[in-house]
Amino acid sequence: MEPLRNLLTQKKDYYAGGLMTLIGVGSVLEARHYNVGTLFHMGPGFFPIILGVTMTCLGILIAGVAAMAPAVDDDQLIIPKPEWRAWACILAGPILFIFLGNLGGLIPATFACVFVSALGDRESTVKSALVLAVGVTVCGVALFSYLLQVSLPMWRWGAL
Amino acid sequence: MILSALTDLWHGFEVIFGPPYLWHFMPYYLVFTFLGVLIGNIVGVLPGMGVLATISILLPLTFGMKPVAAILMLAGVFYGAQYGGAICSILLNLPCHPPHAVTCLDGYPMTKQGRGGVALGITVIASFVGASWGIMEMTFLAPVLVQVALKFGPSEVCSLMLLGLLAGSTLARGSPIKGVAMTVFGLLLGIVGADIETGTPRFAFGLTELDDGVEIVALALGLFGIAEFMNTVNQTAPINTKYTNVKLRDMWPAKADFRRAFWPMWRGTWIGSLCALIPGTGPTIASFVSYAVEKKISRTPERFGHGAIEGVACPEASTHSSVQGDFIPTMSLGIPGDAVMALLLGALTIQGIVPGPQLISQHPDVFWGLVASFWVGNIMLVILNVPMIGIWVKLLTIPYRYLYPSALFFICIGVYSTNNDMFQVGETIAIGIFGYILLQLGFHPAPILLGFVLGPRFEENFRRAMLISRGDLLVFVERPISAFFVSLCVLLILAQIFVRLRTNGRSKVDEVIPRAAE
Repeated sequence: MEPLRNLLTQKKDYYAGGLMTLIGVGSVLEARHYNVGTLFHMGPGFFPIILGVTMTCLGILIAGVAAMAPAVDDDQLIIPKPEWRAWACILAGPILFIFLGNLGGLIPATFACVFVSALGDRESTVKSALVLAVGVTVCGVALFSYLLQVSLPMWRWGAL
Repeated sequence: MILSALTDLWHGFEVIFGPPYLWHFMPYYLVFTFLGVLIGNIVGVLPGMGVLATISILLPLTFGMKPVAAILMLAGVFYGAQYGGAICSILLNLPCHPPHAVTCLDGYPMTKQGRGGVALGITVIASFVGASWGIMEMTFLAPVLVQVALKFGPSEVCSLMLLGLLAGSTLARGSPIKGVAMTVFGLLLGIVGADIETGTPRFAFGLTELDDGVEIVALALGLFGIAEFMNTVNQTAPINTKYTNVKLRDMWPAKADFRRAFWPMWRGTWIGSLCALIPGTGPTIASFVSYAVEKKISRTPERFGHGAIEGVACPEASTHSSVQGDFIPTMSLGIPGDAVMALLLGALTIQGIVPGPQLISQHPDVFWGLVASFWVGNIMLVILNVPMIGIWVKLLTIPYRYLYPSALFFICIGVYSTNNDMFQVGETIAIGIFGYILLQLGFHPAPILLGFVLGPRFEENFRRAMLISRGDLLVFVERPISAFFVSLCVLLILAQIFVRLRTNGRSKVDEVIPRAAE
């Protein structure tokens, strides 16, 4: 645990700068494969490379400024209370929507999406989530299937 | 000049009311204006719902509409939410919409003294005054600006965009370097897809779905929907309904209140309309600056923060005049000042309308219809907010646990219906996760949208400018107008470095918002 703790108590701007540098270097490496051209006749790779280089410099700058500045309380990368359940539920909602939308249609997808994501809030109960999910499903089907004619069928079996 | 602007405005009213012989039919555009401001007002009141997320959810629904209806409804959400956001700040002390964070400072003390109704009443008056001024500014100034902008070649457009991007990313909230990094990230996202000239797919990583580029709806809903929900869930303070019992008869301000608020209201309006013209300084900066100015010139600055009515009237007027004025650079130059404007430009582009100085002459219906809808929409909002205050106050008590799951469903179905493709929903989830990481690392994701929307046009103009000048970068400083914009960019960067060295890099807006949130 100790090395992990050390990692998390680093200034968060080191990570911020690192991430930006990574994106910058990544785009340069990817854009290298396109035709770069010259300043006069720019190819598709020219602009991405300029941006990638700019991004790399900005990333180094962010980390560099963080290294120079004195430490402040909210600098560290410690998430106060990780909300694993809430995060999982919020992400599971749309993911279920994708799968159930493809497998079962609009009604099961809507119901599952709302029900599961509602469980993420600490004050929600199974009952309140159920009521909300039924309510949103009824309104959603009325609005999107009847009024706006979205192409997703209300029910279907299995076909992707 | 003035006369022609007025004739054009009359044309705008004709567009949204329809020609006189059709008046006994349903006024199609009026219905959409009303829908827009109504949805905006509701979203503004609901704590924890954002304007950006709402506009992006509605965006796919507008694909089938006429361009005028689409743009005036989406714009209505933006200024309608400003009316609603003030209620949230004054009665609950929740700065759910950044422009109204400053209003908490004096609005909530007034509520605690039992004068919440008066604060709301003066807010509605100040908002209408500010908005009216902003609309007049747009009516008369935008056509003038267009005359200048039509003379711009690719190099001028390019350096103006650079200025817009720099200002948009450095003057907003948070660290300026991080803001610029977000803009560049947005530009990179804008590159994804087939190259306009050669058709080479760029940054598509073999996914054919990405050949058309990143979907703007998926990007906006990932960043301002899913990432925002992950950030807010279980973090909302319990809503204190002790003071929310406001009745209509409490709202009319006394004569003394009115006299006190009169000049601050006008000063706020003027500051707001100035801020709207500087790219990158939207309503949030305007309200903050006007509050600071008002406190400084007041004879009794010690009353501020303890329920001074000036402290409500002034930032509210300035927010509204800035919100309306924000449309000026967006509609006349095609340069959006903030993420909301970027989204509206995206909506126009989807409708097949190319933003830029030629917009007013090529699509007078869109521009003047929009201006006319501002007048109608603001009058609707005043009517909505005064007699129906009881309903809005009830909406404040809807808990977050009902809001975000419903919003997630709207996000899923909205993103799906852009292309009838579940891939987009997956894209939204991925962007949402990444956006949450960015939020945790102290980035504000709004400039991403700015870069994303401007990126393709920026690249196109840059390439064209280089082609004309035979690859000579000096063209940007040799042509006088372009040189002016470039020097403004340099000035902006120098000013940022100077400010950073003096204040250790913390922007003042950031200081005020957490303080108001307590």
